[in-house]
Amino acid sequence: MNDDKALLEVEDLHVTFATRTGLVQAVRGVSFSLGRERLGIVGESGSGKSQTGRAIMGVTLPQAKVSAKKLAFDGIDLLSVSPSQRRALRGNRIAMILQDPKYSLDPVMTIGRQIVETLRTHEKVSKAEARERALDMLRAVQIRDPARVFDLHPHEVSGGMGQRAMIAMMLIAGPELMIADEPTSALDVTVQLDVLNILDRLVAERGMGLIFISHDLRLVSSFCDRVVVMYAGKVVEQLKASELRDARHPYTRGLLNCMPKIGFERHPLPVLDRKPEWAA
Amino acid sequence: MTAALSVEGLEVVFDRFRALKGVSLEVREGESYGLVGESGSGKSTLLRAITGLAPASSGTITVNGKVLGKTREKAFYREVQMVFQDPYGSLHPRQTVDRLLQEPLAIHGIADGEKRIERALDEVGLGKGFRFRYAHQLSGGQRQRVAIARALILEPSILLLDEPTSALDASVQAEVLNLLEEVRRRRKLTFLMVSHDLAIITHMCERLMVMQNGEVVETLTASQLIGHRVSEDYTRNLLRASEGFVRV
Amino acid sequence: MSVETIQSRREWLLSDRPASRMQARLGRSYVAWRRFTANRLAFVGLLIILALVVVAALAGVLAPYSATVGDLKNARLLAPSAAHWFGTDDLGRDIYSRIVYGSRWTLYVVILVAIIAAPIGLLVGTVAGYAGGWTDAILMRVTDIFLAFPKLVLALAFVAALGPGIENAVLAIAITSWPPYARISRAETLTVRNSDYIKAVQLMGASPFRIVLRHIMPLCISSLIIRVTLDMAGIILTAAGLGFLGLGAQPPLPEWGTMIASGRRFILDQWWVAGAPGFAILIVSLGFNLLGDGLRDALDPRSGDQ
Repeated sequence: MNDDKALLEVEDLHVTFATRTGLVQAVRGVSFSLGRERLGIVGESGSGKSQTGRAIMGVTLPQAKVSAKKLAFDGIDLLSVSPSQRRALRGNRIAMILQDPKYSLDPVMTIGRQIVETLRTHEKVSKAEARERALDMLRAVQIRDPARVFDLHPHEVSGGMGQRAMIAMMLIAGPELMIADEPTSALDVTVQLDVLNILDRLVAERGMGLIFISHDLRLVSSFCDRVVVMYAGKVVEQLKASELRDARHPYTRGLLNCMPKIGFERHPLPVLDRKPEWAA
Repeated sequence: MTAALSVEGLEVVFDRFRALKGVSLEVREGESYGLVGESGSGKSTLLRAITGLAPASSGTITVNGKVLGKTREKAFYREVQMVFQDPYGSLHPRQTVDRLLQEPLAIHGIADGEKRIERALDEVGLGKGFRFRYAHQLSGGQRQRVAIARALILEPSILLLDEPTSALDASVQAEVLNLLEEVRRRRKLTFLMVSHDLAIITHMCERLMVMQNGEVVETLTASQLIGHRVSEDYTRNLLRASEGFVRV
Repeated sequence: MSVETIQSRREWLLSDRPASRMQARLGRSYVAWRRFTANRLAFVGLLIILALVVVAALAGVLAPYSATVGDLKNARLLAPSAAHWFGTDDLGRDIYSRIVYGSRWTLYVVILVAIIAAPIGLLVGTVAGYAGGWTDAILMRVTDIFLAFPKLVLALAFVAALGPGIENAVLAIAITSWPPYARISRAETLTVRNSDYIKAVQLMGASPFRIVLRHIMPLCISSLIIRVTLDMAGIILTAAGLGFLGLGAQPPLPEWGTMIASGRRFILDQWWVAGAPGFAILIVSLGFNLLGDGLRDALDPRSGDQ
């Protein structure tokens, strides 16, 4: 990991939505930087973690306003590039995996064709070569019978298989930064670990930067190198995953504490005492 | 000790798909019993078959010594109530909390409605201020509290819980689990709780059953599970998975 | 009323924690009202319909002449003037007065059709949707049979069987206009039938009748109101059509369709005889359409709750 130069720099990121009842600030001044490492963003619903990911990817809803002192990917200012350049970056160098593959895969196209199309929009390759590389990619995400899965439609595969296909599709163009928004929350626990293992290996092999967005502090801390904890649109704490036990912010500690653990009998469970100053 | 709820050789078939393949279990009075499994294991179907929402094709279900027939009588619902997984989907979008809680009382012709509603709201920690709100004016945790109040208002002896906290944030989950434990202690309820999370089940239940593909894998006590004294590989896998990610 | 009291009243209505059943209900209506008035055209539609109601209620005061008795000797087919704003017809009757009185018949038709057809459609649709199976199949096939005929032709057949007259016209229109409402209600019912909140009520031990009546119907009503309002224009036109064909209201009743029919003979020379009631139908139909659009914004259950 040689992060002399940061892959992604985020400084004072704001995402604001105009709604019927006024402005809603989903993200309020988030700053962090990312090298070729695994960074976890953890928070509860409404903490702004997903909106942060979407803002980096450039896929916020049209009524959202994104502003930042700095939002740079590999030295490119993401907020000042043209929409077409942004599109080119997206998919080519930055990729995103969402929670439910059912909604992000095209239901009327076979999985294989979607991967091939993705590849061919980013690189000039022959059909035969694209197919070969798609099959390789399916193999890389540990799909046992890639030739069969290649010709299946998304609804014909299980959730875990769909998520692997999604990862294959996102990785085919060889992105340098991957944003994974709750990539395993819709999956069964055992499948969840398989998918994480695949993701872990690919990130290590390809030297990608990974932003792993999740509500599950324990999962994130076991998977990532660094963790950013968000609350009410702000970063309350940034720390190394290995040092999570020594977290200082009461929110992080509360979040760690309130989950039931096998072998630790605590009745009642400690609950989070939310302080208004955390959100200030 | 007598069985509050017993299920014998229960089969549920949906369009030729056998969702439950001859499942038996016995929940003692006052006990909290857990059902663990992944999606498609049939754990939720088992709850739904007990309530009559899923059709049982064979097998018997006995509640407090009474064998249930094909259709449920009204009295059954005063013994058994259920809390659903998704608090966003289980409250009627056009009804106030007050109306939601009044409905079961009206159906069963219970007279002291006012008092019961106030008590139920107090019991789940919401208080009077929430009585006339609509579901969209409540947070996920508050909604689930309303759902619990609704289930308790008929004063059942058995509560079926279908992943009651899986749609909630971790901190809210702790609050709801504490609440459930508290009402169980106070009302001496019997729980049958479904979850995919072993930690929650060992926290809440004394005994549990692991299910896979509509069949029973094994039955354990919580302390057996905590001590890793399990006999099936599948259970061991689940245990390992629940400890988070381990780099290989 | 000072600015502060208006402000505090609005806050009371929009409160997140209503203290009584009434406040909750008023708050909900207020939100719908605000959404409705945000649509200017819808507000215009509402004003048109309110004007129709006022005119119908005060017809006796507003109409300067009799609607049925004319001055055959002096006032046949007069052009619009200060004395006769919309002119007079072939029997010397003041057209303005006839239109004012005619608004009563228009309202009569619209209201009767709405209170007959909408409940039938709602009942058939929700019962079919909730019961499913054979009940659904039979009810929906009956609905299909009604839908297979053009509305006006079917209404004609009914009026022919029942005999001409405005009551029978209303009945015929009502009988022919419920099937779309049944379809809508059934579709809505199917989407909510398997939701957890309906299951939760089943688990309370509620009877199917109670579930349909108290839990499913309220959810169908808003889309039904929208549809009925948008259909009003069609109903007015069908009633006018029947009147025009001589099968609806019978002369000398000042029904707008009948008036157009009798003006048809002079349409080239005395255009106002048919033109004025035609214009009245146009305005009222437009009003209902605009109102329906606004209601769609205000009541649509899919557009989120607040």
